[in-house]
Amino acid sequence: MSVTGLYASRRRSNTIAITLSVAATVIGLGWLVLILGVLFWEGFSGLSLAVFTEMTPPPGSAGGLLNPIMGSLMLTTLAVLLGTPIGILAGTYMAEYGRHARLTQVVRFINDILLSAPSIVIGLFVYEIMVYPMGHFSGYAGIVALALIVIPVVVRTTEDMLILVPTTLREAAFALGMPRYRIIMHISYRAARAGMLTGVLLAVARISGETAPLLFTALNNQFWNTNLNAPISSLPVVIFQFALSPYKDWQQLAWTGALITTIAVLALSIIARALAAPGKQT
Amino acid sequence: MSMPAFTVPQVSHAPQDLAGLTEKVGVRNLNFYYGQNRALKNINVSLYRNKVTAFIGPSGCGKSTLLRILNRIYDIYPNQRAEGEIQFDGEDILSPGQDVNLLRARIGMVFQKPTPFPMTIYENIAFGIRLYHKVSKSELDDRVREALDRAALWTEVKDKLGANGLSLSGGQQQRLCIARTVAVRPEVILLDEPCSALDPISTAKIEELIDELKSDYTIVIVTHNMQQAARVSDFTAFMYLGELIEFGSTTDMFTSPKDQRTQDYITGRFG
Repeated sequence: MSVTGLYASRRRSNTIAITLSVAATVIGLGWLVLILGVLFWEGFSGLSLAVFTEMTPPPGSAGGLLNPIMGSLMLTTLAVLLGTPIGILAGTYMAEYGRHARLTQVVRFINDILLSAPSIVIGLFVYEIMVYPMGHFSGYAGIVALALIVIPVVVRTTEDMLILVPTTLREAAFALGMPRYRIIMHISYRAARAGMLTGVLLAVARISGETAPLLFTALNNQFWNTNLNAPISSLPVVIFQFALSPYKDWQQLAWTGALITTIAVLALSIIARALAAPGKQT
Repeated sequence: MSMPAFTVPQVSHAPQDLAGLTEKVGVRNLNFYYGQNRALKNINVSLYRNKVTAFIGPSGCGKSTLLRILNRIYDIYPNQRAEGEIQFDGEDILSPGQDVNLLRARIGMVFQKPTPFPMTIYENIAFGIRLYHKVSKSELDDRVREALDRAALWTEVKDKLGANGLSLSGGQQQRLCIARTVAVRPEVILLDEPCSALDPISTAKIEELIDELKSDYTIVIVTHNMQQAARVSDFTAFMYLGELIEFGSTTDMFTSPKDQRTQDYITGRFG
């Protein structure tokens, strides 16, 4: 084949490859746009002040989503507060102290399994260790179940981000006579801060949509409740229950709840990206 | 400069001058292993106070390894092991009882690539000072300024001390690292190819700096650049394949090397 012939055939394969990848992108993003479109279309019409001020109603009467919104905020916040320190400490051990240790490899393997464990299994597990012995569903059980989902995500991102911190930076800190714990606190964490924060926000996004683990643990509550020792409402469970119901007004609230969850998660992802952006330059 | 032995700026490096020198660091029968691999073989060398000693030799000859033993930075990695003795003002650096953090505060190190910490220029310097000295805010300000001044960086950064250290140019970053090291007030400064990532102008600045710093510190520099060794050092050690082939005053080493291998390396016949 002549040089120009070779070049022409390369151009052809290039065009085909570009066409295929653009098509794949359009298909992928198309679904996302459709999902968001339907969600906004269906959910937006139900948005009103009442959604944020009234409790979930019985079928046929007016009401809102205040109790599941409050429940989700409490469960998510406390699960993140419980899971993040454990995740960060474990990730720190793996990346800083035990980088060459056998224990690290074992923990990493188990963590990867936990990361991909179906969340319903986690729900069942917490049901078995907490709900059953306590004799009732509770917010505490829900928090533990969600924290178990947070931990592997945070462990993974913390380890990955700390490993990305250049060894030369650590050596430079050691060379000043800095003890290891201070290097971790003041150098490694600082350099990996954006990435680690992204990991925590990812975990928040992940658990704000989790339904299965809550069905077995926090269950649901029709009424205003902030007592964590009792069943507590949450957005995903209410969406699940209301969407499957035959009542039009419940279905509308389910759409609205889904929209609120999506907007909250979307906002968090955008914040996470904005925070991670300056870190990329370093 | 009050010490009589160092009043003459241009020391002639004839052997008899050794009598006027004080040994700051004495390496005796040093062997070093990366796992099973013996990287240094029976090294014996003296580093003299307020002098610049350069280590030259082809890549992989062990000169950086030797430097990394002097502040025990190798300690942070598993499977690296040193045998022998390194006397530092009468104590053995390699003894198990040695507090490595204190040791590293006394023997500072500057690396090949600039490594500013991800914080402001001011904090980059202040951080190391706070580690070992309780100082007031104004005293800290003074010491940060003094360190930046010594590293010939003050005029360039005095209006942007709050800027991130990473925003500086490569040459400025390296001088920031030198300032950071000087700020802790070590006794010995180890420089591991400090100019290899820098342009000629920055290199010249750092070389001037080394010349000024030696009045207060004992300096050890590893370099690939033989002209640099000739320019900045008082003593030169030539290493090859993990052995110290020849050590002597820089003038002697570059004008009348005793070992054939030194001569070959210096004249560019290999390496």
